[in-house]
Amino acid sequence: MTVSRTDREAGLRFTGRVRRGDFELDLSLEVARGEVLGVLGPNGSGKSTLLQAIAGLQPLVSGSVRVGDHTWQDDEVLVPPERRRAGVVFQDYRLFPHLDVRDNVAFAARSRGVRRAASRVLAQEWLERLGLAHLVARRPSQLSGGQAQRVTLARALASGPEVLLLDEPMAALDAGARIDVRSFLREHLAAFAGPVVLVTHDPLEAMVLADRLLVVEDGHLVQQGTPAEVARRPASSYVARLVGLNLWPGSLEGSAVALDGGGVMAVATDVTSGPVLVSLRPSAITVHTERPEHTSTRNVWAGTIASMEVLADRVRLQVDAAPSALVDVTPAAVAELGLDTDVEVWLSAKATETEVYLDVRHNHRSTS
Amino acid sequence: MTRPRRTPWPLGTLAFVGALFLVLPLFGLLLRAPWSDLPEILVRPEVRDALVLSLVCASAATVISLVLGVPLAWVLARSAVPGLRLVRSLVTLPLVLPPVVGGVALLLVLGRRGLVGQYLDLWFGITIPFTTAAVVLAETFVAMPFLVIAVEGAFRSADQGYDEAAATLGASRLTVFRRVTLPLIRPALVAGSVLCWARALGEFGATITFAGNLQGVTRTMPLAVYGAMETDPDAALAMSLVLLLVSVVVLFALRGRWVGQGGVS
Repeated sequence: MTVSRTDREAGLRFTGRVRRGDFELDLSLEVARGEVLGVLGPNGSGKSTLLQAIAGLQPLVSGSVRVGDHTWQDDEVLVPPERRRAGVVFQDYRLFPHLDVRDNVAFAARSRGVRRAASRVLAQEWLERLGLAHLVARRPSQLSGGQAQRVTLARALASGPEVLLLDEPMAALDAGARIDVRSFLREHLAAFAGPVVLVTHDPLEAMVLADRLLVVEDGHLVQQGTPAEVARRPASSYVARLVGLNLWPGSLEGSAVALDGGGVMAVATDVTSGPVLVSLRPSAITVHTERPEHTSTRNVWAGTIASMEVLADRVRLQVDAAPSALVDVTPAAVAELGLDTDVEVWLSAKATETEVYLDVRHNHRSTS
Repeated sequence: MTRPRRTPWPLGTLAFVGALFLVLPLFGLLLRAPWSDLPEILVRPEVRDALVLSLVCASAATVISLVLGVPLAWVLARSAVPGLRLVRSLVTLPLVLPPVVGGVALLLVLGRRGLVGQYLDLWFGITIPFTTAAVVLAETFVAMPFLVIAVEGAFRSADQGYDEAAATLGASRLTVFRRVTLPLIRPALVAGSVLCWARALGEFGATITFAGNLQGVTRTMPLAVYGAMETDPDAALAMSLVLLLVSVVVLFALRGRWVGQGGVS
């Protein structure tokens, strides 16, 4: 789905700098109505700070926050958090422990002066809509993590937000609850009409829930695109690691890339020259115990197995070489070839398996 | 299994003497109390007056302490006004100040010729010293810091994440205070109030200095006990027994479940 300019105008626009101690976040983003923007980044990259700045809990050093026709903050305006209508789902839930589920969900209405009885009717409606009616009388301490996070979303939605902000909503959950909450969010985020910003460091969460991804590292934008684009062409080693790809920066000359970390990789590309990134799936690399003869494969290089890790149905090798690489093999291959750490191996990969794209962050990288 | 290590005898002996010293007088009180005459003594007008006056004044002092002390504790814990550390030291000074000094200070400020008192007298015809109001003020002066300290600690350690969540749900700062912060610190609020009330009930020095010793007007239980020691020791013992009982109840209340698991932080 393409988003037109006018749709974007009605959504959320954030641009600005936020300082927190020594750390500085400097970012611009736009989210259309009905769009879910995933913000992906390692811990300490400034993702949560971004949400706090949008919600008004953290002041901007400079910049602006606009939602639809409303300005929440710019050089002249500063709307306090309680008048921003930003629904926030916190990683640690923050359900009020002294109120039951119903009164937690009724809290926003009560704060705006709705009478207790009427606010409870509203809360009941929301809880029913989200399939949580059976929890109304429970205290937060009587909820599981998954239930608590669902109630937190109900509470945020019941406040009638113009923007929905989710701060690592599944980070505190165990694996089982995570799957349930993920599909719950998928369903109910789709029903929300306004812009949604979802902060996470879990790539799966981002891929499943987000329409578009923003990768943030150290307070700066690294990459943006659809989840599929980001997964196929990661712009940083952080993203490459998350999506399980080998990624090497280098410079392209003709049909070969001289890799910055050592080694040369033959590639198939229509890009002609300049700083590029080469990505390669670990399963696209073949392992040999001797140098392969009579092969059409153009990339052949030697290395030493540094570590081995059993994944569900395969074994992932970390091979020290030029370039160093992650390689996936079957358990049977490990046994047949007698692979072990410190064993010397040959690697090969077809040029057509590589993905080559311009390294837009080249200048940023070489200056930092 | 580890056996508890034996206590060195010098420590054990001194600890025993210390415990005996604290407990023996209370036993003495229980042994010598005029148990058979107790009902008769407690309904005597002068005893009943002191009892009622004490309960009323201590409760009034606690209410004033709550109304003024909780906001004070909030400001001390949460706001960034310069000079706050000095303010904190000053407002908690009555904790260590001899109460008599507090009484003298109150007299100097609110007395008929006092800094503020002279205008109260001149403009409104209000005279505070040697009235029941003076008792309440003296007790508040001495007891409020106990409440402020207990509640300030709770405000400081309460998770401000809840306040943030409430703000994103549209609650103004005052609403957040009323609907979120206060309920969250309720255990400390209860504990602080009980401490404050108990301290006010036992107040002697500031009261006798600032409010005097008039039966039915300013003679609270501690004053009555002191006075009765000369004239009617049995009445003094009976009233002491009542104060002891109240103290025991307070102690259990502070450890009891309704104060909350955390208690005073």
